[in-house]
Amino acid sequence: MKYESVIGLEVHAQLLTDSKLFCACSTKFGSGPNTQVCPVCLGLPGVLPVLNRRAVEYAVKMALAVDCRVNAKSVFARKNYFYPDLPKGYQISQYTEPLAEHGYLDIDTNGGKRIGITRIHMEEDAGKLLHGEGAEDAGYSFVDLNRAGVPLIEIVSEPDMRSADEAQAYLKSLRDILVYLEICSGNMEEGSFRCDANVSIRLVGAEKLGTKAELKNMNSFKFVKEAIEYEIERQIDVVESGGKVVQETRLFDSAKGITASMRSKEEAHDYRYFPDPDLLPLVVSTGLIEEQRKTLPELPEAKRVRFIKDYSIPAYDAGVLTASKDLANYYEEVVKVTNEPKVSSNWVMGELLRLLKEDGRDVKDCAVAPASIAELVEMIKKGEISGKMAKEVFEAMYKTGKPPKEIVKSKGMAQISNEDELSRIIDEVIAGNPDNFARYKAGRVQLFGFFVGETMKATKGQANPQVINKLLKEKLDK
Amino acid sequence: MDLNSLTIHALSEKLSKKEVSSVEATKAYLERIGVVDARIKAFLIVTADEALKQAEEADKRRAQNNNVTPLTGVPVSVKDIFCTKGIRTTCASKILAGFVPPYDSTVVARLKDAGAVILGKNNMDEFAMGSSTENSAFQKTANPWALDRVPGGSSGGSAASVAALECAASVGTDTGGSIRQPAALCGVVGLKPTYGRVSRFGMIAFASSLDQAGPFTRDTKDSAIMLKAMAGFDPKDSTSIDVPVPDYLSEIEKGVAGLKIGIPKEYFIEGMDAEVESSVREALKILEKEGAELVDVSLPHTEYAVAVYYLVATAEASSNLARYDGVKYGLRVNESGNLLDMYKKTRDRGFGGEVKRRIMLGTYSLSAGYYDAYYKKASEVRTLIKNDFETAFKTCDVIVTPTSPTPAFRFGEKVADPLTMYLSDIFTISCNLAGIPGISIPCGFTKENLPIGLQILGKSLDESTVLRAARAYERASGASLKAPAL
Repeated sequence: MKYESVIGLEVHAQLLTDSKLFCACSTKFGSGPNTQVCPVCLGLPGVLPVLNRRAVEYAVKMALAVDCRVNAKSVFARKNYFYPDLPKGYQISQYTEPLAEHGYLDIDTNGGKRIGITRIHMEEDAGKLLHGEGAEDAGYSFVDLNRAGVPLIEIVSEPDMRSADEAQAYLKSLRDILVYLEICSGNMEEGSFRCDANVSIRLVGAEKLGTKAELKNMNSFKFVKEAIEYEIERQIDVVESGGKVVQETRLFDSAKGITASMRSKEEAHDYRYFPDPDLLPLVVSTGLIEEQRKTLPELPEAKRVRFIKDYSIPAYDAGVLTASKDLANYYEEVVKVTNEPKVSSNWVMGELLRLLKEDGRDVKDCAVAPASIAELVEMIKKGEISGKMAKEVFEAMYKTGKPPKEIVKSKGMAQISNEDELSRIIDEVIAGNPDNFARYKAGRVQLFGFFVGETMKATKGQANPQVINKLLKEKLDK
Repeated sequence: MDLNSLTIHALSEKLSKKEVSSVEATKAYLERIGVVDARIKAFLIVTADEALKQAEEADKRRAQNNNVTPLTGVPVSVKDIFCTKGIRTTCASKILAGFVPPYDSTVVARLKDAGAVILGKNNMDEFAMGSSTENSAFQKTANPWALDRVPGGSSGGSAASVAALECAASVGTDTGGSIRQPAALCGVVGLKPTYGRVSRFGMIAFASSLDQAGPFTRDTKDSAIMLKAMAGFDPKDSTSIDVPVPDYLSEIEKGVAGLKIGIPKEYFIEGMDAEVESSVREALKILEKEGAELVDVSLPHTEYAVAVYYLVATAEASSNLARYDGVKYGLRVNESGNLLDMYKKTRDRGFGGEVKRRIMLGTYSLSAGYYDAYYKKASEVRTLIKNDFETAFKTCDVIVTPTSPTPAFRFGEKVADPLTMYLSDIFTISCNLAGIPGISIPCGFTKENLPIGLQILGKSLDESTVLRAARAYERASGASLKAPAL
């Protein structure tokens, strides 16, 4: 590999405050257009912004979670540009003096890597444009300012990532933290968690950074990975064919899987940032910082390490189980009652997650009580049901919320371990297959499996496999 | 006619003694407006019906002795830069065509709460940009003392309305002298409070770090009454200062005995109108006779004030005025269905020449590659100017200067040369850059019978001492309370 890629991410996370950053309007998603607006977020003449304290607390929380230094004083600045979804003609953001700086995040790829976080700053979101499609609306654009003024934090990484996989891992990790902190929904489709990527390439061993392209419009983790991979290949092709990468903003086209130029450096906006004279510098007291530090929950990485250590489960399991705080909590509840960490992990990570994913549901909505999983594990251990049956029972538990014993009883699914009953069935199976029995006797011992299968079929899978094995051995080999 | 020439405190006394009702006073003012405003053109809108309703309410309040303040029932006007709920607000610009605010500015809300009657809204330079009110998109306001001359600006309509006895008081805004300079040119009292003393909420922004609302009145006691009603912390304005508002009126008669009055050498410059200078020197003698001690002070960075102001103010304005884009309210010129074209045409036709000039200047000074040399440098020098005052106020209590280098000039005299026009504010601008309070009070007339203004600057949040010094001069000189013959 002659080239290495250099990737930095700029992530916008919408904060889960009830009201907007500079006014009291609701931040609720999905309401009718322009129903959550007031003179302040509409940019009417003469009105003034007043900072939402809760938003500052949330931003500080995130800063602490990724080990940033929270600046005692930060400054809101105006980012000036014209667009119909920007009611004031400027966005209130932070520029030269951000809320927090110098943090990092450890990701779990190839034995782990530390990604630097340059800064975290606060800013307000813009509104949305809807473009008319109907016969009457065609050619018109409509402005919905419900989102205008919703609080965001922008988290800017160092250019520390060297592959799309690392970028994806960083992004996922960042989202997990935000969701753990309960300050962001992390929903990429709804746009409450958005990512732009700065991508460049350079010869392996080179120190100087190559010219970067900024990628936008990647609204899923998959697209982030695809877009970066495409962009790296594209830049290598450009250089290999004797060209030069130009600094520009490129949009990802998810349908085609490519990035395409949106605007060049020359066309880039001059945002004319300057300190917003309507807002005093933001002073964050050590009191506020310590207060927020106290409320920090155990973060995904710490939890992951603890799970590996305390439960002796594989790193992979620990990673999956700690990706969401609710899932991790659920798993711990299950372990508490089963006392079987790995078996519990198999059920939660395997069957439960699969079913939840199929339904698009969250573990919070899960009807399966941890005690039911414990009961199920116990039933398998005692041989009351087979592993295969257990999966069926689990599905029913998931759908109905009923405990496994009740399900097994109502479905008549109990495992047949009764030796007399199975002995009778095996006799019938042998009697029904005289040819194979003869061949087995003649030395074709591989046919043992055939008889197991036939017995299972005859019992509709309810036979206890261990008992079948034992009885078949006795009957075939006698 | 008599009612119109009363001060607030005199009218208030008559109202409380039931010698006159607010409705009578309001009618007298509306009548006066009807008689003289065709010549003065101080009002962009007269809200007679609402005013009479408010007057009736005020009379009821006084009759029931319910929450009566010195302003209850007193007819005032406000500059058309203040948003008024349900009443069109233009900022003297075409770009706000049809805009009716759904909210009151805090200043207007507080005046209403105090029981004041709002007669209407005053003409001004478009977006408060100008020193003559000639930049109004709608009309030129005449100086009541000389109808062929300007009233000053940008709050020219407010100053003229008080001088012409069309209201008992008015409220203007001062970004670089826009209250004090027109007050000087119209022979009334104009006070710019400390930045943050009065809420800016609902006051249409020109330069947010400099804009401050303040009253125009016939005398200093009225100024104290008005300021008391307007001032104080407002949770809707993060830059308003959260400290108690003193009772300015109760301290105003304390005199200047023992007070140190600073005279900055940088303000008595070559080229100043001789009559202005001699009037101010005369005023200083009067203050000295009243017991004040005159001390020389220096404000060494004064020469940079105008340059700093035109970088900072225009930069902020270029951003503040970006919201007038034709998308949400006000004028929209949409001829092609193309967004960029709509932006350009709306702003081209909606804004006047001076506003465009300042937007361009401000955009330039904030641009990449120029920011450090212009906006940033200006902000740094602004700090030096502020420090100048802090140093000076270590050796004096107030600083006295002329308000304007010249008396009222003729229409059109300075329009062609913006730089000369900008120099009208040479003595008033530093005060805004430093954020300190300043007042202009009448101090005599030129031979041509044009008013001259005396400026008194004070320490941050020390309006009390400024008003005290102003009152001492006013009392000793008897310079106020003259009305032009109209």
